[in-house]
Amino acid sequence: MVEAVLRYRDDIASTAPAVSFGAFAEAGNAVAVRIEPGEDARALLPHLAQLARIEINFPAYGDGRGYSSARILREHGYLGELRAVGDVLIDQLSHMRRCGFDAFAPSKPIAVEAAAQAFATWPEVYQKTADGRVPIWALRHD
Amino acid sequence: MYQYDQYDQAMVDARVAEFRGQVERRLAGELTEDQFKPLRLKNGLYLQLHAYMLRVAIPYGTLNSRQMRLLGDIADKYDRGYGHFTTRQNLQYNWIKLEETPDILADLATVEMHAIQTSGNCIRNISSDQYAGAAADELVDPRPYAELLRQWSSFHPEFDYLPRKFKFAVIASDTDRAAMRLHDIGIQIVANECGDIGAKFHVGGGMGRTPMIAPVIREFVPALQMISYAEACLRVYNRYGRRDNKYKARIKILIHEIGADEYRRQVEEEFAHVLTLGLEPPAAELARIQGFFADPGFETGLSDEVDRSDPDFAVWLNQNTVAHKQPGYAVVTISLKPIGGIPGDASADQIRLMADLGRDHSFDELRVTHSQNIVLPHVKKADLYALWQKLEAAGLGSANLDLISDIIACPGLDYCSLANARSIPLAQKISQRFADLDRQRDLGELKLKISGCINACGHHHAGHIGILGVDRKGTENYQLSFGGSEAADTSLAQITGPGFSEDGVVDAVEKATNVYLAQRSEGERFLDTYRRIGMAPFKEAIYG
Amino acid sequence: MKILTGNDLKTGDVVWWDGQNWSRDVNDAADAGGDADAILAREDAAVRVNAGYVIDALRTGDGVRPAHIKDRIRALGPTVRLDFSLKPADTNVSEWVL
Repeated sequence: MVEAVLRYRDDIASTAPAVSFGAFAEAGNAVAVRIEPGEDARALLPHLAQLARIEINFPAYGDGRGYSSARILREHGYLGELRAVGDVLIDQLSHMRRCGFDAFAPSKPIAVEAAAQAFATWPEVYQKTADGRVPIWALRHD
Repeated sequence: MYQYDQYDQAMVDARVAEFRGQVERRLAGELTEDQFKPLRLKNGLYLQLHAYMLRVAIPYGTLNSRQMRLLGDIADKYDRGYGHFTTRQNLQYNWIKLEETPDILADLATVEMHAIQTSGNCIRNISSDQYAGAAADELVDPRPYAELLRQWSSFHPEFDYLPRKFKFAVIASDTDRAAMRLHDIGIQIVANECGDIGAKFHVGGGMGRTPMIAPVIREFVPALQMISYAEACLRVYNRYGRRDNKYKARIKILIHEIGADEYRRQVEEEFAHVLTLGLEPPAAELARIQGFFADPGFETGLSDEVDRSDPDFAVWLNQNTVAHKQPGYAVVTISLKPIGGIPGDASADQIRLMADLGRDHSFDELRVTHSQNIVLPHVKKADLYALWQKLEAAGLGSANLDLISDIIACPGLDYCSLANARSIPLAQKISQRFADLDRQRDLGELKLKISGCINACGHHHAGHIGILGVDRKGTENYQLSFGGSEAADTSLAQITGPGFSEDGVVDAVEKATNVYLAQRSEGERFLDTYRRIGMAPFKEAIYG
Repeated sequence: MKILTGNDLKTGDVVWWDGQNWSRDVNDAADAGGDADAILAREDAAVRVNAGYVIDALRTGDGVRPAHIKDRIRALGPTVRLDFSLKPADTNVSEWVL
């Protein structure tokens, strides 16, 4: 099964179009925004409560800045949808999920079943990140 | 040494399964080579000149005999009967078939080994001091800290697509045997004035086309905040390291461009935030890991006397063993640099023999050194003569540690698709020119390092004598440099002048050693004389 | 002449386009003339050979000689392990790469 957006949230998706980072700074009242790799996710921190969706663009999968942007947003309490868009490939899905993404809009669609398999790649994880998984060091000493 | 529990084993097994699927997708044509390349690189699989090359990780250069033995068996079963030990304490196989790679990884996983993150723009294998746990001069064993970093960096989801590759080295003595300050992050485990253990962070070193010595970014990070500090260092780099030009993408360029003070400020800000997240493994985890690195059951009351009546043995003993912290024991280096040989290469039989010697004479432990040799860290002095005889019989008895024929050389244009010139034939010619061991010993410590291209895998910037192979209009040409060091007195070598042919550079090296012999003062090494008298006399001898 | 080379996808072996197929012997290499790009595109799609590319070469009395040293070493094998080279019995063969 192939869908344009893979979404792993229970709430209803906002249909508001995402404004660019620059437009958001000017308009200030949008509920969805898209940031590019070089744009500072921390600039969004004062506005997290009003945002239903933040899209982080990956123009090329090898540019990993979006992973840091995602974690920063989650670490500061952002609870809305965090969507990876662009050159999002199956082999990067599990790491993206670990950094806090909960929705994916790949330029080349990914089958739901393939995505499920990708998320199941790692039985456990070494690091504490933004997805709430208990790291191995905590399992060893609980 | 460290042993996997079910969690570590499950991670490695999962990686084998994941990679098997990726290889199947490539062979079925579901992945293009462009898509597959970064995936195979993250598992150490390169396509080199003649075949695929697989780089196997040897975390902080430590192995047991089962692991070493399997490396020999894999060389026979899947390769052409030999392996190459690298300057990053890893092992490379040169003749690997893509379709067999998942099976090799599955074999490696049976002895707690893997090829995870031995290439790609991610955190690479953590290197360390090859004498860790044995050296008389260390504060503590640095390897538990390296193991903590290994686990943290394995499949770290935020740092898998960094601007460029990222290398850590961890040491715990003032004598640097790991080129620590020439790494992206070099950590020295230190004690503060209260006696607490912590990590001194050097960030932004490296070789390659823009060699730099890492500045100190923090004098003391408490041991139980080391992971958090590393996380902060990496996040700043991931966000702000250059991505517009791969030749300017290493962290050393970021720090050079914004300055160490500004980088430090950003890291401290991030560090303060990271500390609120509670992502540091607890003291119990460090203690658990340290438990694996407790001293083996050394015998006490042993004599330090060694019978030196066999003169060849006495030479090897002087050259290739160093003081152990435990009386009656020695640290032994097995040289993989026979005269005319290929630096760092060992046959499957030699690898298995070294495994057996490690099991029988060194509490089941072996080490790989960044100088491409093998160390038996804990050998009873009473066993040394018998050990040396076995090494001699197997062609592993070269008594040349740190002498001019103990050459570091990258694989060069004989194997490597990035190389511009061959390194190995030059290393062979130089070692043959200086084959006489008495002459080598008279020259004393002289670290000669050869790279076949500007990426500097052969550490030429850090050689007392460094040689860089370049392509000059389709022919191999060699640039000579002097004055580098990767020890505690880290320095970068300076180029002498115009380059040479292969034979020409061998002659030039010999002329330089003659200048040293004529000019040296009592107790000076080649490097010391060069530092005292400067380039001019050497230049005159070479070009005059 | 223009010849095509790459590495076999499954084994990594160095291979040369002989006009119909891929050979492990550089001396079998055929002049691809102006068809190089078309052949590479077709072969890439067939998922048999990796990283194919076109090089200049000369046909001499001894066989085919690639123009650049890197491809001559690819054709021969590592000069420091002639036992794994194209001509393991020929001790003068490493001169050929220069």
